[in-house]
Amino acid sequence: MIKLFKVKEKQREIAENANGKAPVKKQSAGELRLHKDISELNLPKTCSISFPNGKDDLMNFEVTIRPDEGYYLGGTFLFSFQVSPIYPHEAPKVKCKTKVYHPNIDLEGNVCLNILREDWKPVLNINTIIYGLFHLFTQPNYEDPLNHDAAAVLRDNPKLFESNVRRAMAGGYVGQTFFTRCM
Amino acid sequence: MADAAPPSKSRDLDKLLLRPGNLVGPSFEPGVQLRDDLQEYAKVLVVGAGGLGCELLKDLALSGFKNLEVIDMDRIEVTNLNRQFLFRLEDVGKPKAEVAAKRVMERVSGVNIVPHFCRIEDKDIEFYSDFNIIALGLDSIEARSYINAVACSFLEYDSDDNPREETMKPMVDGGTEGFKGHARVIVPGVTPCFECTIWLFPPQVKFPLCTLAETPRNAAHCIEYAHLIKWDEVHSGKAFDPDNPDHMKWVYDEAVKRAELFGIQGVTYSLTQGVVKNIIPAIASTNAIISAACALETLKIASGCSKTLSNYLTYNGVEGLHTKVTEFVKDKDCLVCGPGVLVELDTTVTLQKFIDMLEEHPKLLMSKASITYRGKNLYMQAPPVLEEMTRSNLSLPLYDLMDKVPKDILHVTGTINKDNKKSSGLRKLRVIFKGIDGVTDMDMAGGA
Ligand SMILES: [Zn+2]
Repeated sequence: MIKLFKVKEKQREIAENANGKAPVKKQSAGELRLHKDISELNLPKTCSISFPNGKDDLMNFEVTIRPDEGYYLGGTFLFSFQVSPIYPHEAPKVKCKTKVYHPNIDLEGNVCLNILREDWKPVLNINTIIYGLFHLFTQPNYEDPLNHDAAAVLRDNPKLFESNVRRAMAGGYVGQTFFTRCM
Repeated sequence: MADAAPPSKSRDLDKLLLRPGNLVGPSFEPGVQLRDDLQEYAKVLVVGAGGLGCELLKDLALSGFKNLEVIDMDRIEVTNLNRQFLFRLEDVGKPKAEVAAKRVMERVSGVNIVPHFCRIEDKDIEFYSDFNIIALGLDSIEARSYINAVACSFLEYDSDDNPREETMKPMVDGGTEGFKGHARVIVPGVTPCFECTIWLFPPQVKFPLCTLAETPRNAAHCIEYAHLIKWDEVHSGKAFDPDNPDHMKWVYDEAVKRAELFGIQGVTYSLTQGVVKNIIPAIASTNAIISAACALETLKIASGCSKTLSNYLTYNGVEGLHTKVTEFVKDKDCLVCGPGVLVELDTTVTLQKFIDMLEEHPKLLMSKASITYRGKNLYMQAPPVLEEMTRSNLSLPLYDLMDKVPKDILHVTGTINKDNKKSSGLRKLRVIFKGIDGVTDMDMAGGA
């Protein structure tokens, strides 16, 4: 291709500074795929999405879940999503911003959901993740504990677990840990 | 005649460049002119000055390239010295790009290497446009994906969807992991681009968080526990920085405690670095093999002295040695290197009218389209919050929404109704506005 390089170099010398084409913002392939995911979102009534940085930043968004059944009925839980430029090759980073007494969510907001880590596949999408998060509230499970204590209580004494969840959501202490009201 | 050529210090190279042959590339014209042009006009950018980058710079300089530049954002660490052979103990802490460029220029006379100590995203598109070939010595998928998008953004297609050779920016990509490696040639529009075949890179193994929290079984589990869970617990709000040695030491110490608690062996500082930064141990000789292949492909692309690798070489030195070349195919609908669907419009067409037209367009047949243009979401069908924010655009001319550029790339998402089947799709469009000065040819392709 050297002949081509030579021609181009000659052209470049002539055209030096001639075309002041403005630098263009590029959309990564990940951003485009996310655009597709978002424009096809089909959320249950219990979930809503918002974009803190406005309509042109889809890579950072928040999802609010208001469970309509189960232990967490009446609570409002906020999750932040951070999506990488190589999405969907890599799963989004998801954190729970609401402090919650939950066997599968720790007090720092880390979430144990298989499709966010070991079982993520590029065919999955944002909708699947939101449904997965929703199910954590209707079906918390003690087999994948991140909050060890909450998991043990759920396993051994579901009644106590229920009252702990209510107390945490209403704003109060469970053991040594204080939870702010989220109802 | 070849024999009449003046003596050259690159005697061996002359055998390739000055004589005709049967196995040469399609446009090969041997002679002194070729050798001189190669030195004068071929400009190669080396991305990365680590294990592969050091080898690439040295190999390219010794292959007769005179105009090289190298870009790398890292500084030299002690642990680099075993394989990044251009660096010495006294260089620790200095920018890799600068030291690498200096060392190669000291050793190979006549070569000029310009170093760039910065992130690849810090350079504008004009910077990359200057190079004829980009050689990649990287260890991250993100960085490859970025450079690939940049290189493909120069590609233009003619009105028959044929890529225009003068707009192609070839890349040569190398990568190694321990005893394994790959070398590939990417000619945008001709061979598959990085995005066409991103599935070749296996996703990073991620351990379940609950395993880390409850039932660690190996040293890596202990390290990831300290890195992903314990760090947040102790440093609420402070982000972990993998390049901060204090942070790394903290994670290492916590991982050791965790390992003791569970009776697990094998947590070391270098393993901690490896797990946290997702580094697979690099082997100098694998880097040398892969880099040599990449440097030769670069020479072949530039000179045409031989046909290029077509198009993906894998090298596997685990338990014996196996190497093979696979010819992967392009994804014709690739959002990054594909031509996209050509659409001609009047400047008066509103966004709403445009969306309606997509439904009728024979190559698209797309209903309920959402439209995005260079990071601006012009219209979103869902979710309701975004639909509301973008609805007012529907009555505006698309030409205005695209900043009155005569031709550019748009992306659309929607439901494709083909053969009575509905599927969801994401498509690239080449939009051209009719009757605008300066557009004589329907030839815009652009990148992602
Ligand atoms: Zn492609």
